[in-house]
Amino acid sequence: MTAHTLLRVSQVGKAFGGVQALKDVSMTLNRGEIYGLIGPNGAGKTTLFNCLTGLYVPDSGEFVFDDQPLISSAPDKTVRQGVARTFQNIRLFANMTALENVMVGRHARLRSNIISDILRTPFNRREEQTTEDQALQLMRYVGIAHRAHDLAKHLSYGDQRRLEIARALATQPKLLCLDEPAAGMNANETDGLRQLIEMIRLDGISVLLIEHDVQLVMGLCDRIAVLDYGELICEDIPSVVQKHPRVIEAYLGSGAHA
Amino acid sequence: MKMTARFLARLSCPKKDGRMHWWVWALLGILLAVMPWIVAAGFGNTWLRILNFALLYVMLALGLNIVVGFAGLLDMGYIAFYAVGAYLWALLASPQFGLHWPMWAILPLGAGVAGLFGLLLGAPTLKLRGDYLAIVTLGFGEIIRIFLNNLNAPVNITNGPQGISAIDALHFGSVSLARPMDLGIVTIPSLVAFYYVFLMAATAIIGIALRLERSRVGRAWAAIREDEIAAKACGINTRNVKLLAFAMGATFGGVAGGLFAGFQQFVSPESFGLLESVMVLCMVVLGGMGHIPGVIFGALLLTLLPEFFRQVAGPVQQALFGKIYIDPESLRMLLFGLSLVLVMRYRPSGLWPSPQRQREIDDTQRVDAPAAMPVRHQ
Amino acid sequence: MDIFLQQIINGVVLGSIYALVALGYTMVYGILGLINFAHGEVVMVGALVAYTVMTALLPTGLPPVLLALLALLVAAPVCMALAWIIERYAYRPLRHAPKLAPLISAIGVSILLQNLAMMIWGRSYHAFPDILPPLHYDIGGAQITLLQVVTILLAAGTMAALAWLIQRTAMGQAMRATAENPAIAALMGVPVNRIITLTFVIGAALAALAGLMVGANYSVAHYYMGFMLGLKAFTAAVLGGIGNITGAMLGGLLLGLIESLGGGYIEDLTGGFLGSNYQDIFAFLVLISVLVFRPGGLMGERVSERA
Ligand SMILES: Nc1ncnc2c1ncn2[C@@H]1O[C@H](COP(=O)(O)OP(=O)(O)O)[C@@H](O)[C@H]1O
Ligand SMILES: [Mg+2]
Repeated sequence: MTAHTLLRVSQVGKAFGGVQALKDVSMTLNRGEIYGLIGPNGAGKTTLFNCLTGLYVPDSGEFVFDDQPLISSAPDKTVRQGVARTFQNIRLFANMTALENVMVGRHARLRSNIISDILRTPFNRREEQTTEDQALQLMRYVGIAHRAHDLAKHLSYGDQRRLEIARALATQPKLLCLDEPAAGMNANETDGLRQLIEMIRLDGISVLLIEHDVQLVMGLCDRIAVLDYGELICEDIPSVVQKHPRVIEAYLGSGAHA
Repeated sequence: MKMTARFLARLSCPKKDGRMHWWVWALLGILLAVMPWIVAAGFGNTWLRILNFALLYVMLALGLNIVVGFAGLLDMGYIAFYAVGAYLWALLASPQFGLHWPMWAILPLGAGVAGLFGLLLGAPTLKLRGDYLAIVTLGFGEIIRIFLNNLNAPVNITNGPQGISAIDALHFGSVSLARPMDLGIVTIPSLVAFYYVFLMAATAIIGIALRLERSRVGRAWAAIREDEIAAKACGINTRNVKLLAFAMGATFGGVAGGLFAGFQQFVSPESFGLLESVMVLCMVVLGGMGHIPGVIFGALLLTLLPEFFRQVAGPVQQALFGKIYIDPESLRMLLFGLSLVLVMRYRPSGLWPSPQRQREIDDTQRVDAPAAMPVRHQ
Repeated sequence: MDIFLQQIINGVVLGSIYALVALGYTMVYGILGLINFAHGEVVMVGALVAYTVMTALLPTGLPPVLLALLALLVAAPVCMALAWIIERYAYRPLRHAPKLAPLISAIGVSILLQNLAMMIWGRSYHAFPDILPPLHYDIGGAQITLLQVVTILLAAGTMAALAWLIQRTAMGQAMRATAENPAIAALMGVPVNRIITLTFVIGAALAALAGLMVGANYSVAHYYMGFMLGLKAFTAAVLGGIGNITGAMLGGLLLGLIESLGGGYIEDLTGGFLGSNYQDIFAFLVLISVLVFRPGGLMGERVSERA
């Protein structure tokens, strides 16, 4: 593993009953990179995210992040180690305010415990205040500060996506994993999203991006990996990936040859 | 009913910054301080006792609210923790074992042991989905009760169904609350003294609950309630945080149980049946799950209203028809059951839900809800 | 006398009754995701109505078997009507309500029914008349009464009929479709509301039969009997994997056996430390241990939540 490798995925496999969702997937992600993960529906992209973030236990293989192995089935530890994510089907805390959603994201970085919460120690008060300030700042960063006190479920679709990103950023990640963040967005919103992702990278956070919007992926990513039926079929820079015969086949279907 | 709820909601945060005016607090304080005297003078000691029980139920409801309302874990055996607190007091301060420990030792111990039982219940049930959790906690409550009922042989620990009597009353040093307290100018009757102690305990518990609600752990509970997977992805150790909810809720129950034993001076397994658990759950849900003022309101309502019926139904029938047709006790329960159904039908989020919840309800009533379709939780 | 075999026989009888009641819980849960807390009370009403009919007709001198049949013919429609009312007025308005609202409503109905029953039938235990002649047969050193034989056969027959109804008929298909996904079932033209009502009503008919069986086998009926019975039956349903019909049958049978064997042997097992008054604990201990290792119940699908 070289110094600039942030995440190394080695030989990860995962099956659900008869479905082999991931087959010996290996790849490496460098520091400061925006790394795209594409593939047809059902290719196993989300499953890879779930294994990476500890929500699923992979059947085989391992993840090494920042020179430390990630412990599977301990999502909270993964977050502490610096991996944050969003979900393909937005998963916000619907009945909490947008601000509270982001404050929950700070959870793993706070040091208050139940005793100091009850006693409201000066330390606790200070920490709560900073948490709120930081959360607001993050909301400003993603551009939805004006919705801070609305319930998350009352936000527009695009704002909900942004809120989820703010919540993930609140965990102070080194790597931000976005699962189809542009799904359902119009061209305008997608463009805003592109700018946001670029800004995030400039702030020193690497990005792992699952996306179907080919233009967005090709324009934004430094390198791209392609999954098909759980197998990694190529990993390279966008211009090479675009011309890769197996990628074309996977996207157009084998019928293209007939 | 809706109007009242709106009014209550406004009263609970009338200023822009969400704080109450100081005079509201002052008024409330004075009212609570003179309450026992008024009640004793106007309605008699029966009602003062009922008032004291109402305060105990406030503590219980707030404890259960942490588990059910904050963390969203359906606990149907909550009364077991009340039982643990009560029996601990009973065993350590009664002729049963000839022990007479001081209050300062037993109450914290009771809280701790109840909290431990909370962990004991929580640990194996963490992975269970809502309804499975309900039935397991219910079973846990029953197991505790069955043990209390039967641990009189071969070694007599709990004295079985007869229960333990002649328990020491709450006491500060050598001053027992069971006797009137002569302060020179006034004599404080025993029931009034208990009232003040319970009021202090309830206030402390309310304070703790309020602080927990707006804290790191409170947010984590809410997050788990809303979406457990997303909570995990936010770095919350859901297992520990859920256990914390069980333990914390149980602690409140343990304290209330100790106070109950020191008030009643008698405990028996009968006081800790499933119906009691259900009653506390109803207080939480009927009042407004997760909303502390609502839960307090629910506890007071469900203690006072049924008692009112019990006290009034008999004499009223006597006066109207010259004889009692329906036994007041069953009438009380009948109306209780009926009101549960009706309240859920017309105010499914409770009588006094949090202002946030209230807004949602208003929203859904304005926008036409989609055609009726049964919803399964996934 | 072979105690082991005897406990097995007793356990199967008890288990058959649990299974009948558990089916009511599991079918409703499968479709609505609702713990129909009032179901135990429906069993109680069934037993008490059957008791009333039988004692009222006793002076006519009709043969007891016929009395029991007539009792069932009255009790079943009463229970079905009751379940229909409960579903229509206590549950249906709450389909969109927050999750706990239907549960609290169900608890309310349960308390309501218990107290109504207490007003109608009083607080005393009502002894059932003997339905069948007190014949018994010896098998392998144990005894089985005619009543027990009939109970087991009747329960088995009823459950077979139910299984046939659900697996082989159009109505059953509609029920399964609704349980799978009500929204899609509705789109496919399944009258979802009617199917739900039907589910409640069928469950109530089984409950009435179970009520009669409890009354006949344990010869008492009481306004409070539905509570523990309902709890145990629900436990059985969860044990088997709630929402799963076969699971409910299996869970009921298993629970009956465990209780019967456990209750019979607990004193020996614990060296006399715990007596048979701990019998009720078994249900819950078994439940907790099963759920710890198989959170979805014995026959339940393994729940791996999609992230
Ligand atoms: N929790 C699960 N249980 C069963 N099968 C699953 C689960 N999660 C994913 N799968 C299956 O794994 C395959 C890959 O799914 P997924 O990772 O969601 O694909 P993608 O995100 O690339 O569209 C699909 O066939 C899907 O049905
Ligand atoms: Mg996906």
